[in-house]
Amino acid sequence: MRTPSILSTGLCALALVLTGCGGGETKTEEGRSKAAPASAATLRIDPATAATVTGKVTFTGEKPVRRPISMDSTPACARAHTEPVLSEEAIVNDNGTLRNAFVWVKSGLPDGTWEVPREMVTIDQVGCIYVPHVVGVQTNQEVQFLNSDPTNHNIHPLPRANREWNESQPPKGEPKIKTFPKQEIMIPIKCNVHPWMRVYVGVVDHPFFAVTGEDGSFTLKGLPPGQYTVQAWHEKYGTQEIQVTVAAQESKTADFDFKG
Amino acid sequence: MAPVWLHRYAVLLACCTLFLVVAGALVTSHEAGLSVPDWPLSYGKLMPEMEGGIFYEHGHRMIATTVGFLTIILAVWLWRAEPRPWLKKLGWAALGAVIFQGLLGGMTVIFMLPKPVSVSHACLAQLFFSTIVAISWFTSAAWRRGGTLVEDQGAPGLRSLAVAASGSLFLQLALGAATRHKAFGVTPHVLGAVLATGMVLWLIVRILLRHGNHQGLVRPALALLAITFSQVFLGVAAYMSRLATADAPQPMPVMIGFTVVHVAVGALTLATSVIVAIQVFRFVQPEPAVSGARVPVAS
Ligand code: HEM
Ligand code: HEM
Ligand SMILES: [Cu+2]
Repeated sequence: MRTPSILSTGLCALALVLTGCGGGETKTEEGRSKAAPASAATLRIDPATAATVTGKVTFTGEKPVRRPISMDSTPACARAHTEPVLSEEAIVNDNGTLRNAFVWVKSGLPDGTWEVPREMVTIDQVGCIYVPHVVGVQTNQEVQFLNSDPTNHNIHPLPRANREWNESQPPKGEPKIKTFPKQEIMIPIKCNVHPWMRVYVGVVDHPFFAVTGEDGSFTLKGLPPGQYTVQAWHEKYGTQEIQVTVAAQESKTADFDFKG
Repeated sequence: MAPVWLHRYAVLLACCTLFLVVAGALVTSHEAGLSVPDWPLSYGKLMPEMEGGIFYEHGHRMIATTVGFLTIILAVWLWRAEPRPWLKKLGWAALGAVIFQGLLGGMTVIFMLPKPVSVSHACLAQLFFSTIVAISWFTSAAWRRGGTLVEDQGAPGLRSLAVAASGSLFLQLALGAATRHKAFGVTPHVLGAVLATGMVLWLIVRILLRHGNHQGLVRPALALLAITFSQVFLGVAAYMSRLATADAPQPMPVMIGFTVVHVAVGALTLATSVIVAIQVFRFVQPEPAVSGARVPVAS
């Protein structure tokens, strides 16, 4: 799912070789300018009509076992933990809900470009784990990568739609500010120094997305009235969709249930 | 210096190259290929902190650099001390291969492991190893002693069988590299194993049946038999260990062990088949028969 076809990789490599560009540049500014052309309508949340979709992502089936991670290869990572570190691939909360599901409005929104939030989204590297494990950003919203560890990391997104890059970040290094200019569900980001490290970034063209936490619930606020397809994505259990219609200022529930 | 030292040096380089192949395979199995995003420097330095994946990736680069320098020395040594012009050329070819291999390695890093480049890097590594093994063989005392010529009997000719065996082994390891770098699934490689093992067995059985008392042919043929046999076993083990650890949060030691050994023994399989082919070309004469003649010394 995360690897493009051989052919396109091959052609891409060939093109890169022929043009002699593309690989080594360090561009942190790329794509930071707001994507909206001056003429297109910039969409904003309208408090007068704002509707809400809330719900839970539940899990039925045998609770997955969280596998232990061995950090022996990097003592600096191992030292950061006193308890055994467990894989975050599939976490079922105590109330039977699924953590780290990414829920977003897949279709149904009016045409136009949504205003990009000014706040940055932060992805930190703490104890050789990405915090958070799943995160959503809007297209062209700034994402800052922090390294709070006393060790080197490399940050390597494996996108299909956005541009791939791979950069190192030294211990307590400068924050790296990046943007993802194209909608993409989801971009896995990997560290190859510590092969257990993985974070998933959902890049969405609009602000209607959420990640489930310890109670497995989500809220999509500020939707214009309309008929929507809401999708829930999970790293291990795939995707599910629900149709929801909301009127102005209406609140509706949409519950997902993943089977183990 | 005496040719014996040239031979010993070539053997040393062959051992270093096998070690380099193991080191490279460790990079792949640890998914550490991109742990050092820059090249030719590592984290902007000659010597980064050797932890996690960096240990494998930067270690591989250091061993590769060493092997590169050792190959320069080998090529120059052959050029100065070796009378056979074709062997001098083979020395330069080995040097060309290792330089190109280094550039491919750099490209895997800069272009973030495009599959065709990773697969080519894996295949050229195997070819390079076989070349160094062949040079070791050509410079050996055993080679200089020569042996008896024998007449080929049967169709297809033994020379064709030898070429087909090495060729299908090379195809097989290219398919293995494609599997390993996820260019495609394991099925072509498993079918390829049937073909490659079949060709190897055909060649070996023919040698044992028709030239069973020619030690120059029988010894490498038996070695090839044993190595190919182990390689099939290791292949199955590599496959099973991948399946068994598919949902582990990180590369697991069993998987790393079997896959790395399968890659290394793959290099040994190809190299041994190349030696068998060299011997067949040297000693087995196609018609007309010249049975009983001796190969001139050091030809
Ligand atoms: C010069 C002689 C070299 C040889 C014989 C060699 C050999 C190998 C081998 C056998 C592998 C394992 C392939 C596999 O498991 O499928 C490998 C992987 C690798 N090598 Fe080299 N290598 C050489 C030089 C270099 C250099 C100079 C670099 C520079 C960066 C490099 C970077 C890599 C990387 C990044 C991988 C991992 C590829 C992947 O995971 O797709 N190699 N090498
Ligand atoms: C004569 C027989 C065989 C030869 C010469 C051979 C050779 C190789 C080589 C050289 C590689 C690694 C290529 C590289 O990246 O450098 C490889 C990979 C692989 N081979 Fe084989 N192989 C043989 C038989 C088999 C068999 C019978 C299986 C059984 C399923 C098998 C399963 C695999 C698998 C699963 C990989 C990928 C390892 C990974 O996932 O890292 N091989 N093979
Ligand atoms: Cu890391």
